Amino acid sequence: MQVLYFAWVRERIGLAKEQVETNATTAGELIAELSNKDPRYAAAFEDLSALRVALDQELAEMDSPLENVREIAIFPPMTGG
Amino acid sequence: MRIRVQEDPFNYGEIADGFGAGQLETGAVVTFTGIVRDLDTSDMTAMEIEHYPGMTQKALEAMAQDAKTRWSLQDVLIIHRYGRLAPGERIMMVATAARHRNEAFEAASFLMDYLKSRAPFWKKEIRGSNDGTWVAAKTEDEDALQRW
Repeated sequence: MQVLYFAWVRERIGLAKEQVETNATTAGELIAELSNKDPRYAAAFEDLSALRVALDQELAEMDSPLENVREIAIFPPMTGG
Repeated sequence: MRIRVQEDPFNYGEIADGFGAGQLETGAVVTFTGIVRDLDTSDMTAMEIEHYPGMTQKALEAMAQDAKTRWSLQDVLIIHRYGRLAPGERIMMVATAARHRNEAFEAASFLMDYLKSRAPFWKKEIRGSNDGTWVAAKTEDEDALQRW
């Protein structure tokens, strides 16, 4: 699965995107899995309430299923306009 | 319907002038433009706007489509920039055309509220030579979505 990071999530992890092999069934599970892998991820994902996710470029929830999803993006609350 | 996500500046006057032109049913056009400002201090040198290229255009199109189903609009336009902008530059604009002013005002207001909190853009303020500070999302912007 392609994982994309934006804004301070990208800066804290030090990557804009990566390919991840995972058995996680939800966005939240994937985030927990990555947090356990490396302290940089743990730091970026410390406060789940400050994170938003998009699955295949559509906004989704932490408990949204990852089945058939090809691309997940993890980022802070958006500040457009 | 015209949705543009671009790095380059846009000609607000020309676009506003042409928007809704020639549509005889249109009785009201509302345009809004957002400008890079420096409220807190006066040392902001630039604003950097990051976005999610694969998603932004689609998200904006969905918002415009949503506005068209909620109000009877003859036309909708959204332009949003990304990249490095200087204070005073225009970041984005929204325009709506309707038969009556209330529809045009409400649809423009709806689009602004959604652009603030649901369009994949992230702003960073650059001051002097530092790395910059990410602009935090405001709870009142999130709350503003409740009224729609």
